[in-house]
Amino acid sequence: MGRITLDKVSKSFGDVEVIPPLDLTIEDGEFTVFVGPSGCGKSTLLRLIAGLEDITSGQIRIDGADATNVPPAKRGLAMVFQSYALYPHMTVRKNIAFPMKMAGIDQAEQDRRIDAAAKALNLTDYLDRRPGQLSGGQRQRVAIGRAIVREPAAFLFDEPLSNLDAALRVGMRLEISELHERLKTTMIYVTHDQVEAMTMADKIVVLQAGVIEQVGSPLDLYERPCNKFVAGFIGSPKMNFIEGEEAAELGATTIGIRPEHISISTTEGQWKGTVGVAEHLGSDTFLYIHSDVSPSETMTVRVDGEFSARHGDTVYLTPRAERIHKFGADGLRIE
Amino acid sequence: MARSIAPRRKAINTLLAWSVGFLIFFPILWTILTSFKTEAAAIANPPVFIGFDWTLENYQAVMERSNYSRFLWNSIVIAGGSTVLGILIAIPAAWSMAFVPSKRTKDILLWMLSTKMLPAVGVLYPIYLLFIKFGMLDTKIGLMIVLMLINLPIIVWMLYTYFKEIPGEILEAARMDGATLREEVIYILTPMAIPGIASTLLLNVILAWNEAFWTLNLTAAKAAPLTAFIASYSSPEGLFYAKLSAASTMAIAPILILGWFSQKQLVSGLTFGAVK
Amino acid sequence: MATQHSRSSARLMMAPAVVLLLGWMLVPLTMTLYFSFKKYLPLRGGDLGWVGFDNYARFLTSSAFWPSVQTTLVIVGGVLAITVVLGIFLAILLNQPMWGQGMVRILVIAPFFVMPTVSALVWKNMFMDPNYGLLAHLWKLFGATPVEWLSQASLPSIIMIVSWQWLPFATLILLTAIQSLDSEQLEAAEMDGALAHKRFAYITLPHLGRAITVVILIQTIFLLSIFAEIFVTTGGAFGTKTLSYLIFQRVLESQNVGLGSAGGVYAIILANIVAYFLVRIVGKNLDA
Repeated sequence: MGRITLDKVSKSFGDVEVIPPLDLTIEDGEFTVFVGPSGCGKSTLLRLIAGLEDITSGQIRIDGADATNVPPAKRGLAMVFQSYALYPHMTVRKNIAFPMKMAGIDQAEQDRRIDAAAKALNLTDYLDRRPGQLSGGQRQRVAIGRAIVREPAAFLFDEPLSNLDAALRVGMRLEISELHERLKTTMIYVTHDQVEAMTMADKIVVLQAGVIEQVGSPLDLYERPCNKFVAGFIGSPKMNFIEGEEAAELGATTIGIRPEHISISTTEGQWKGTVGVAEHLGSDTFLYIHSDVSPSETMTVRVDGEFSARHGDTVYLTPRAERIHKFGADGLRIE
Repeated sequence: MARSIAPRRKAINTLLAWSVGFLIFFPILWTILTSFKTEAAAIANPPVFIGFDWTLENYQAVMERSNYSRFLWNSIVIAGGSTVLGILIAIPAAWSMAFVPSKRTKDILLWMLSTKMLPAVGVLYPIYLLFIKFGMLDTKIGLMIVLMLINLPIIVWMLYTYFKEIPGEILEAARMDGATLREEVIYILTPMAIPGIASTLLLNVILAWNEAFWTLNLTAAKAAPLTAFIASYSSPEGLFYAKLSAASTMAIAPILILGWFSQKQLVSGLTFGAVK
Repeated sequence: MATQHSRSSARLMMAPAVVLLLGWMLVPLTMTLYFSFKKYLPLRGGDLGWVGFDNYARFLTSSAFWPSVQTTLVIVGGVLAITVVLGIFLAILLNQPMWGQGMVRILVIAPFFVMPTVSALVWKNMFMDPNYGLLAHLWKLFGATPVEWLSQASLPSIIMIVSWQWLPFATLILLTAIQSLDSEQLEAAEMDGALAHKRFAYITLPHLGRAITVVILIQTIFLLSIFAEIFVTTGGAFGTKTLSYLIFQRVLESQNVGLGSAGGVYAIILANIVAYFLVRIVGKNLDA
């Protein structure tokens, strides 16, 4: 079981309030991702849940029980750190055994769990090595192994993939997702990478300056972002924003249209523009277009497959009307 | 890419550096050589460097005159004991400063260091009285406590420097893994800081070994360490160079050898983390 | 960044060290202050009552006071100057490519491990003795009259002995600092046309700033309290009486504890003045 409830939780460092009071419930077995730009308070929020920082006010409940003043060790949560935080002087086996040793679990059970975890994580051959002799991906797996064996109520991940190179990151992402499918344990995962959030989460919590901007499933956020910040943060490439006349016509201050929801033609269309840069990836083509409707920023258009265009070509863009997002002067979504 | 150095320049460097090194080391070398001479050879004019009749009689004479092994034992107990005691007290303090720093941490560190600048003579008589009152005069335990207090600021600061190199996330991981504070210090912090603790230990053993104010003023016969042993040779009457040299060699040999083996760690520790 | 719980345990864990040092500082200090206002002669009547600031006035007006302060400062300043300058020179020399660098380091560091009593005795008798000392032989070799080092040139002699003890420390710290200097910086300067002495003045020397601060800090701490070197060599004669040694004589040799304690208070004040400046300089330079 691992249902975590935050009730009016806030955090201040001295006079600086980094997290104003917020409410959040994470259901048992849910994979929840905290996402936001750096400095948005997502890691602090995770550390509050872990108990590594005191909350300034409010209450944290784990499975209904008040955990606000419970020390981290007693909350039944396991954490995987950004730097992995492996104990360099211990072998992989001892690293994984450490939480069980602290909990006083008997040796036979310890060995059983270590073997199971090592098998699941492909670490069997490395049990007698030290962390210094392992690759980044292997260290990551040891850190996860150390978390698994505790059989925690919930796993907390603090940007666990940010120290890995791009190729490994995709692999580990899949492994963590699969781990969640298998264990069905609550997981809270902090990242600044919205792709990780979109691909892994059951529920995404978008944070900015300590405030929850929106909570919802990945597709919710993609299809119905509740404000301009979420609209711009979720989705890659970024949504195009257009202000002025075009927006006013639709009764909004700003309208947003995702690059994949614009069709492009060399002959006719709603908006005229010239190609700035064209990126040909084979599977798709990204075009960055200078247009009068968006004088301050280039518009990004994504086309499936190949589209031959070069710098300076004139093109016409047409947004798909039903995919246009409208935002008011306060940045909030208009239905 | 390092540039290739002309062998001629390298030869000149070598010659120059070895000459300077030899010059600096010479007083020690001369002492060791003289300790193997007869008294007559020791004051020969002109002085002889190698071509003399080597003898061990000075060492025998020193052993007969005073109980060297007792002085040596006292030095080992006092220097070792004060250092170990100091490290046991300093580890928790350094832990606090390195991992739970507050606005006052730096002030406390500098204050600790400034206690080392208190002139010992200024408080000699009070300490002397306290020692008499508590029956600690001329005891090893009394000297151990005083030397521990004298070196405590250096020990705290050195350990603090080493602890700061250890990432805080590792200690947080231990906390998440269910370790209590005590277990965190014993199972994680201390083993990770072993190299730092070792060099702190070595340096402070050397400082305590060579400390010559309190050891001379607070001991008489029973607890006197090697500093007192050698000071007994300072009286001008009946001075014999060869015997003085033998006694000197015996007093410095243990720490000289220890120091040579650990010179690299010593230097890094003594910079207080200000020089990498 | 931590929890209330870890902050309170931090205070608890720091307590033993802080309390011990506070006691070590305050208890004897209070007693010294107490004695300094008394006429107290342990061997000649003991406690002879309160005398107000008499001891302070007497100590300050005694002919030995100001010379002793001067001697203290000359010794500390002299040793610092010699060890820092020679230390920089030696560090640069040892940083050059050569054969047997490790062995030279071992030779150079050796004096640091020698007990002050031993080095003072060895220098006094085997080198500076006007009849049998090695330096006397050297002087005679060139037809000069041997110098009576510890009486004719007592202060320079003591500065020399103490510098010999501390030169290794300065050299090795400065060497560590030089080795951390990015050689690309020097190469860039060379490309920019800076000559060797300019490269030293504008790149190497500023880089050594922190290391020099550390050397000065640590050495001052130890030099202010040098004792054995004077005790063994001159016994405070021939103008080598430092403030510390003067107090030592008042307390132990003339058994005038009241007067000595007043001197102790002066010494503590002097040390605090030095400490104040040092801590300000060092505090800025060390990121504690």
